[in-house]
Amino acid sequence: MKMLAIDTSTHVMSVGVGEDNKLLGEYTTNFKKNHSVRLMPAIDHLLQELNIQPADLDGIAVAKGPGSYTGVRIGITTAKSMAWALNIPVYAVSSLAVLAQNAKYFSGFISPFMDARRGQVYTGLYKADNGVVQLVEKDRIILLDDWLRLLKDKDKPVLFLGQDWDMHEHSIKEALQDKAWNGDFSSATPRTGELLQLAYTQGAPLSAHEVVPEYTQLTEAEKKWQAANKGKKKHE
Amino acid sequence: MNTNKQQKENEIILAIETSCDETAAAVVQGGQEVLSNVVASQIESHQRFGGVVPELASRHHTENITFVIEEAMEKANITFEQLDAVAVTEGPGLVGALLVGVNAAKAVAYAHQLPLLPVHHISGHIQAARLLRPWRYPALSLVVSGGHTELILLKDEGEYEVIGQTRDDAAGEAYDKVARTLELPYPGGPQIDRLAEKGNKTLDLPIAWLESDSFDFSFSGLKSAVINTLHNAKQRGETIRPEDMAASFQHSVVTVLTEKTKRAASQHHVQQVVVAGGVAANNGLRSALRDAFSDSDIELTIPPLSLCTDNAAMIGAAAHVQWKKQHTANWDLNGVPGLALT
Ligand SMILES: [Zn+2]
Repeated sequence: MKMLAIDTSTHVMSVGVGEDNKLLGEYTTNFKKNHSVRLMPAIDHLLQELNIQPADLDGIAVAKGPGSYTGVRIGITTAKSMAWALNIPVYAVSSLAVLAQNAKYFSGFISPFMDARRGQVYTGLYKADNGVVQLVEKDRIILLDDWLRLLKDKDKPVLFLGQDWDMHEHSIKEALQDKAWNGDFSSATPRTGELLQLAYTQGAPLSAHEVVPEYTQLTEAEKKWQAANKGKKKHE
Repeated sequence: MNTNKQQKENEIILAIETSCDETAAAVVQGGQEVLSNVVASQIESHQRFGGVVPELASRHHTENITFVIEEAMEKANITFEQLDAVAVTEGPGLVGALLVGVNAAKAVAYAHQLPLLPVHHISGHIQAARLLRPWRYPALSLVVSGGHTELILLKDEGEYEVIGQTRDDAAGEAYDKVARTLELPYPGGPQIDRLAEKGNKTLDLPIAWLESDSFDFSFSGLKSAVINTLHNAKQRGETIRPEDMAASFQHSVVTVLTEKTKRAASQHHVQQVVVAGGVAANNGLRSALRDAFSDSDIELTIPPLSLCTDNAAMIGAAAHVQWKKQHTANWDLNGVPGLALT
């Protein structure tokens, strides 16, 4: 089963192709440049190198977020539109779960995370067991301070993975002291090789129409509207 | 482009449009025949906010895009093997919204190794006219929408020359702002049009003619005059019928649009005048233009409402011009929010 994988949920852009239990190719870059311009040429380049036609694909795996709204949408839109056109399923996987995969031989807790502005992070809590990573606390958007309090109570080493470690190193170390670990630059980078691994082993096939981004929060306009209209319905 | 389809004249194009708050797809043959034209409107979702929320529009586009494309293909009864190209609005528009259409179009084109045709949104509005009858050049197009008020000269196929444009607000923008002042629900344009039909031009509002030889427009003064007139009346304890304000405002807008279009048409000796864009759905404007050109040799083309508001059939029509000129895009095509027409 040939599968194309796409992850554009952060500055990292990763495109990969797998076949059954083999990673045939992976193209990963980590610099701030437009995914909309670079994604399709990257897919074309990789498939051409591998001598694979789009019609040879049996499925498409995609990182569904959380992450940059625009980045996630570019990946999801490309994946679902191509899958729809080829009449093949989509395997949508959490972008945080893809990152957590990089620590599948770590024995403590894993906290993949991305900065979400205003003191917040997108994160979830994962734990590896014999190379299989499992979700402990579901993905969410949360104030970093609240998240660190929750982790402190667990009193176990936590490995933080992601591109925004430098931004939050101080707060994390202050809260968790020597229980806080951070990944090296390789394990902090999401890669489609791991996304494919997840799609093959745990992924549920979805029809292209069903695939939507995981934003973990409403738009600002909706939040404000909800706050302004709170309770109104009850009185009506 | 890595495809070698024979260049033919009655090509079948799948067109996608997501520049604002309509998710649209259509199948058009030979730039003339609409095989399907599907529009999923988001108006209901944005209405409570009094305008389009860009992030929300992008989210809806992502949710709807494959449903809409599928419906367009099914209604046209077309298979991928029969398609010759995929066209998409490259810009202008909301960047996040454009990106959904562009990336979907690239993915569908790539999946079936079809050429990709980039289309300018305004050329789409203008080329909607080709779905009604063949062009006669030189031609003039009055483009009026929420973001545009332009007079565009077409000396030949697909050659656009902007000879006049708004110096401040677009006509549609003025409509929306005045509607908000009158506390009318969003979208305001059709509401004012409806009220104006029931009112009389009792108020003296300014008409911005600008320099005598200019084909440019200005609507910000008119908008301020509406706000001031309402404010002053309130201070004096007088009431102005909203119907009369709508009729007076609409008179100022329609008069300047019609007069300048007529003057530009005769100065450039055009054979055809095409009215395009969302505001071309306005009944006041439609009838004023019909009157203005009724005893003239110039052919006036005003598309039906469904082809005036944003849709993808117009993108398919404009893509026909791109197809003939072989203006294809590469896989690095991006959405360009401020894309220029010429
Ligand atoms: Zn438009």
